[in-house]
Amino acid sequence: MPLSDFQPVIGLEVHAQLLTHSKIFCGCSTAFGAEPNHHTCPVCLGLPGVLPVLNQRVVEFAVRTGLALECTVKGTSVWSRKNYFYPDLPKGYQITQYDQPICEWGRLVIDTPAGEKVVRVRRIHMEEDAGKSVHDATASAGQSLVDLNRAGVPLLEIVSEPDLRDSDEAVEYLKSLRDVLMYLGVNDGNLEEGSFRCDANVSVMPKGSTVYGQRCELKNLNSFRFLKQAIEYEVARQVDVLESGGKVLQETRLWDVNKGVTRSMRSKEEAHDYRYFPEPDLPPLHVADALIEETRGALPELPRAKRQRFMSQYGLPAYDAKLLTAERPLADFFEACAPHAPDAKKLSNWFLGELSRLLKEEGTTVSSVRFTPTQLGELLGAVEQGTVSINAAKDVLGEMFRTGAAPANIIASKGLAQVSDVGAVEAVVDEVLAKSASEVEKYRAGKKNLYGFFVGQVMKAMKGKGNPTLVNELLKKKLGD
Amino acid sequence: MALTLEQVRHVATLARLSLTPEEEQRYATQLSAVLDAVAQLQSLDVSQVEPTSHATLASSLLREDVMRPSLPPEKALANAPASVGTCFSVPKILE
Amino acid sequence: MSQPLTDLTMLELAAALAAGKVSSVEATRASLARIAQVDPKVRAFLRVDEEGALRAAEASDARRRASGPASPLEGVPLGLKDIFLTEGLETTCGSRILQGFVPPYDATVVRLLREAGLPLLGKLNMDEFAMGSSNESSAYFPTHNPWDLSRTPGGSSGGSAAAVAAREVFGALGTDTGGSIRQPAAHTNTVGLKPTYGRVSRFGVIAFASSLDQVGPMTRTVADAAALLQVIARHDPRDSTSAPLETPDYLADLEGGVHGLKLGVPREYFTDGMDPEVEASVRAALKEYERLGATLVDVSLPHTSHALATYYLLAPAEASSNLARYDGVRYGLRARDVRGLQELYGQTRGQGFGAEVKRRIMLGTYALSAGYYDAYYLRAQKVRTLIREDFTRAFQQVDAILSPTSPVPAFRLGEKVDDPLSMYLTDILTLPCNLAGLPGLSVPCGFTKAGLPVGLQVLGRPFDEAGVLRIGRAFEREHDFFRRTPPCP
Repeated sequence: MPLSDFQPVIGLEVHAQLLTHSKIFCGCSTAFGAEPNHHTCPVCLGLPGVLPVLNQRVVEFAVRTGLALECTVKGTSVWSRKNYFYPDLPKGYQITQYDQPICEWGRLVIDTPAGEKVVRVRRIHMEEDAGKSVHDATASAGQSLVDLNRAGVPLLEIVSEPDLRDSDEAVEYLKSLRDVLMYLGVNDGNLEEGSFRCDANVSVMPKGSTVYGQRCELKNLNSFRFLKQAIEYEVARQVDVLESGGKVLQETRLWDVNKGVTRSMRSKEEAHDYRYFPEPDLPPLHVADALIEETRGALPELPRAKRQRFMSQYGLPAYDAKLLTAERPLADFFEACAPHAPDAKKLSNWFLGELSRLLKEEGTTVSSVRFTPTQLGELLGAVEQGTVSINAAKDVLGEMFRTGAAPANIIASKGLAQVSDVGAVEAVVDEVLAKSASEVEKYRAGKKNLYGFFVGQVMKAMKGKGNPTLVNELLKKKLGD
Repeated sequence: MALTLEQVRHVATLARLSLTPEEEQRYATQLSAVLDAVAQLQSLDVSQVEPTSHATLASSLLREDVMRPSLPPEKALANAPASVGTCFSVPKILE
Repeated sequence: MSQPLTDLTMLELAAALAAGKVSSVEATRASLARIAQVDPKVRAFLRVDEEGALRAAEASDARRRASGPASPLEGVPLGLKDIFLTEGLETTCGSRILQGFVPPYDATVVRLLREAGLPLLGKLNMDEFAMGSSNESSAYFPTHNPWDLSRTPGGSSGGSAAAVAAREVFGALGTDTGGSIRQPAAHTNTVGLKPTYGRVSRFGVIAFASSLDQVGPMTRTVADAAALLQVIARHDPRDSTSAPLETPDYLADLEGGVHGLKLGVPREYFTDGMDPEVEASVRAALKEYERLGATLVDVSLPHTSHALATYYLLAPAEASSNLARYDGVRYGLRARDVRGLQELYGQTRGQGFGAEVKRRIMLGTYALSAGYYDAYYLRAQKVRTLIREDFTRAFQQVDAILSPTSPVPAFRLGEKVDDPLSMYLTDILTLPCNLAGLPGLSVPCGFTKAGLPVGLQVLGRPFDEAGVLRIGRAFEREHDFFRRTPPCP
């Protein structure tokens, strides 16, 4: 059977670092990028005698996420130890949740070419992150270095059902989930720094079958592109194996970025036996109904709902709505500006065009913008009234962006105001036509591409400040078009 | 229940304990004896009994999300058998 | 003073300190001299911290002069089982694998002792990682019983018990996972209290079996135990299993007696293998309680015979996980000349742990491993529930339960080393209390003809340490066995 006769079946396991100040079981900082082992204490170093004490905000974030993904939040959940040896796992076990996680059975709706699709979320649980092993140049040959700054950073693991059917759906699910977590303020969505990580469980089955094939777990997928590439590679690989009469082995496979392949991580070590058992140092976690209801009441509008509202309330096209709502700060700023802008679609154009460009150029976010929504409204009003040209307005916006000065002041001080006075423009047009008698003659004889020349001459004479609509209108009239 | 040498070796691998052949033999014998002794629990009907994993009355003590000072790195590494800079050092990890 | 200073009980010394008859420095020097005199034979100490103790004693005397005592036990020198982390002072837990480990922090109980002004004389020997009932599994040397140097003081807090008995320290802290405070107390004519699980913080106490471990006082008298518990029983926000309760005044009702109390005598605790002299001593003590106005009630704890099996699945299982951190990466022993990481792990742990610890890690790993979890670990957890329920039912009828602490008196060094099961059996009367999380006290109640101490065990309702102490004290007031000093040296 060819590739097209097989149906990929994909489920994603996402690990999202929670945006707490301190680690899950101790007071050490969670900040990224510190010198190795500068954010460690007896607890996260796994020294003898230490005990974990749960960070309250981790529970709040887990509940918030669970509710946003329409999960059942459990009144009682249980901590377990997952036992294995690794140098970046200080205690020789990871404190996690196993058979009784805090949230179960939720869903996330995503968009596919075939329309909306519901992806079921099987479970969400809290756990501690491991440290990092470094094998780079600072380590001599035959040596690995261990940095435990990350050990004990709180994670949510969010596990989907194998409801995804191709790499595009997987990417769409991951993007949508990331948007939700960022909206909730629980995660920064940074795949590169590893604060938002994804493993993919991939299997294939003949189309029409309902029996899933043996699955492989793919790791090291630290970008949307790698997720897509790795799934596509893996699906093709599994089909090849089956086509050549082989069997897909259940194993963990690493995405090799350089070679563009997945390869088996199976080492000579024995298969894992994690020996989970209830963590005796942490009593079962009880989440009060009051907390659940309070959190539910305080849930923000989620990206999907916001997008739909942007379309209906502001009359924006789906494309605009999606981009504007991708990140909550941008959406919030848009909403703050909308009442001051003459037209929502034009505002959207400014957001997605010039403002986005400026943000990207400055490597900053909308939260650090210096101008106010009112000021942006004033600028757009000026464009609308012809007081300033679009090109000049872009300069003005740049200046507002950098200095926070009022648009009127910038326009005045830089002399960017547009000339819309009919008499004044007409005088210049007349003068230009008078000076260019031979071009006017050729134009009238049919050389219509000279039109741009006249516009250029007028604008040059007016130092670019002529109202282009008016200039066009008068030129055409005088040239007899 | 008799534990085979193979089982003893498997458990020792899981527990990361290098055992001498004599130790393997001895633990096979001793652990088999202990397992025989604990086999008496199989006679109890516990189908309706909830397990006890905590002896405590305490319930979910939670900590406020407040940063506390970490150890100075020289203290964090003071007991390290081997270190490079402020990292712990181990023989190369082969994945 | 006719009596040697080191013979004073903690409260007697506290009174002498308060009266200005003696200074903490003098008391500490007396202890240090006594240690120098007898410890070469008893071998209770792994480490004597002469400098630290004297510094603390000087500070204590100065504080008393300047601003008054920080606590009623201000200035009374103590010893610590080597399971408690002490900042800046090597802590090994009786294991080779932690040799040279100098903690960067104090256990909560150590901090509380320091804040209360008690000088700490040093670290006391113990079975490696508290796994053992004789102190013979210490990686360093066995401790000898001051009442008969050819015998063990019991374990795992054997060094603590021996040091208290031999007057090397005025009191000590131990830990009790299956009887490790009470059994050595019974074998050394001392008092040992295992508080209710959750009463005393475990933070900074090296874990053996986290759901069973509890810290407690080891003293010469019940009153001392009450006074010392007063210092260490405190809710600790760094221990999630620490009970969020107020600490009662343990001395307030200590002399209240037992008149009108119902005291249960569990028939299952007087077993066939019991030493007849131990049984006779305990039976005599029971009569004494009747004479003092208590009513003895025959009670049944039907699942007692399953406690040992339950314990020897649950404790090793938790231990196998708790001891995974000793991997040679961040602290402690690292095996030399190894090729690769896996060999580093295997050799470090193979060389660093002793036979008993390895045996229990193996057993616990097996009980948790795929395919055996339900049959062993989960089943043991369920039987643990049955054992707890036995006590719940019994305590509906009675105020406390009395029994021998250990079915036998102190055994000879080497006698049970190669027979783990027979060693495990010596804990048979103490470990149900840990499984149920209850408070348990061992009080001296006599001697065998050979002069070996016998202990009476008092078990109480959860968090009723005050009741247990009061019952123990009622007997102690009638029979001051604690005044007897051991024959050593």
